[in-house]
Amino acid sequence: MFTRRDFLKTAGIAAAGSTTLAGLSACATAGGKSRGHVVIVGGGYGGATAAKYLRMWSNGTVDVTLIERNPTFISCPISNLVIGGVKQMEDITVGYDNLKSKWGVRIVTDEVTAIDTDKRTVATARNGSLGYDRLVLSPGIDFIPGAVGGLDGNQERIPHAWKAGPQTVLLRKQLQDMADGGVFALHIPKVPYRCPPGPYERACVVANYLRAAKPKSKVLVLDSNEEIQSKKGLFTKAFESYKGLIEYVPNSSLQSVDAASLTAELEFDSVKADVLNVIPPMRAGDIALKAGLPLINERWVDIDWLTMEAKGVPGVHVLGDALFPAPTMPKSGHMANQHAKVAAAAILNLFEGIAPNPTPVVMNTCYSFVDDRNVIHVASVHQYDAEKKQPMPVQGAGGVSAAANEIEGKAALAWAKNIWADMLA
Amino acid sequence: MNLKHALAMLGLVGLSAAAQAQDPNLARNLAATCANCHGTNGHSVGGMDSLAGEAQDKLMQKLMDFKSGDKPATIMHQIVKGYTDEQLTLITAWFAAQK
Repeated sequence: MFTRRDFLKTAGIAAAGSTTLAGLSACATAGGKSRGHVVIVGGGYGGATAAKYLRMWSNGTVDVTLIERNPTFISCPISNLVIGGVKQMEDITVGYDNLKSKWGVRIVTDEVTAIDTDKRTVATARNGSLGYDRLVLSPGIDFIPGAVGGLDGNQERIPHAWKAGPQTVLLRKQLQDMADGGVFALHIPKVPYRCPPGPYERACVVANYLRAAKPKSKVLVLDSNEEIQSKKGLFTKAFESYKGLIEYVPNSSLQSVDAASLTAELEFDSVKADVLNVIPPMRAGDIALKAGLPLINERWVDIDWLTMEAKGVPGVHVLGDALFPAPTMPKSGHMANQHAKVAAAAILNLFEGIAPNPTPVVMNTCYSFVDDRNVIHVASVHQYDAEKKQPMPVQGAGGVSAAANEIEGKAALAWAKNIWADMLA
Repeated sequence: MNLKHALAMLGLVGLSAAAQAQDPNLARNLAATCANCHGTNGHSVGGMDSLAGEAQDKLMQKLMDFKSGDKPATIMHQIVKGYTDEQLTLITAWFAAQK
């Protein structure tokens, strides 16, 4: 357990390592009421939620610094609707202003370059080094270099649009610029990947756009997996409703791409596209690897589910898509938000010197659009199993929509508004 | 110090006791799992029901009706089955106490 003396020492390290942030460190200790300093890396669904809930649940007695490289939050959920032309970027963009002004979170817009888990410091590109008592890492995913031949360095030509932002805008533009009769090829990596239903939703909303704007075109879904990975029955029906527009090809393992000709080389076939959207194989965000956290399958962070701490690295709590998931637990923004609340509660308990909650519960809801207004969901609830030492899905709970419907189309947009507010308002 | 706090402190002293101890903020933590859709502390920002300040028996009845299937739903009948009745009691009491 960190004592106040330890905290002052850590804050001292931060001040010594940085002139820019020295003021912040001094501020953290001046009042003498702080119970500790938590640094959060990554301001997405996990990190932003952790920042707000740490401040809210501690009544402002824990200092929180959120380091995020982007000046605003841009949501991956709902971003497929931007690609499909139903929503605009401003509809999926939310600022960090309220976290700062309403909740007293220090926002540092910067890139984290290194983490020293022994010295408990985080190095940034432009703001020097920060000390922490506890670190929350919500790094999302990064793509595995060299996993698809010819792909690295060509993301402007062959977008992934699997991190919302400029890539979303780019893929939308390529789709708009495509001539009627063109082929939009979408490649899906093997599971596990971020947002299991996301690629199938994308196929549907792109097809929905093409049906109205360029009906001679085609969406070619090249899935590395042997079948649809989420809401299979419902997406199968949706694909059938786009008969002639969507062609679904399972077991389509991508070997390499040619950026000049937009050709995808599959194991047994070669496909030329007019727009080539490759979602590459992925793993925990690079910073998790740089920090030396324990990985499973060299990809995903291994954690203790009661505190969300990386195994063998006390004081470093990891959230969201970067984790090796518990059974049937999806990599989703909703789940990252739930992870953040478990971590925030555990951190506050640990600061008080009490054990983490022995019975955490997390739940998930993922809504997917099958056109501009009809939606299908998948939901699950996961209760901590003390014997298995991880959350397990509750049998008989959760499930999917009976059929695509407009009521859930409204619910999906209300979900987005409410979860963005839960993180950032 | 109330009983829950005392139990939690025991948990700190002996780790074996921690497994039996109920977290002092269990109700708050459980209720937070609803906030993604129903808003922070049950204050919806629109399009979903607000839960803050609603009478506990009314909330509990709704949840039980979702559980039994008496009340039709798009998704709540599936989610509510993931929680025990004891957990739902804690959650509804917590939301009822919010202003």
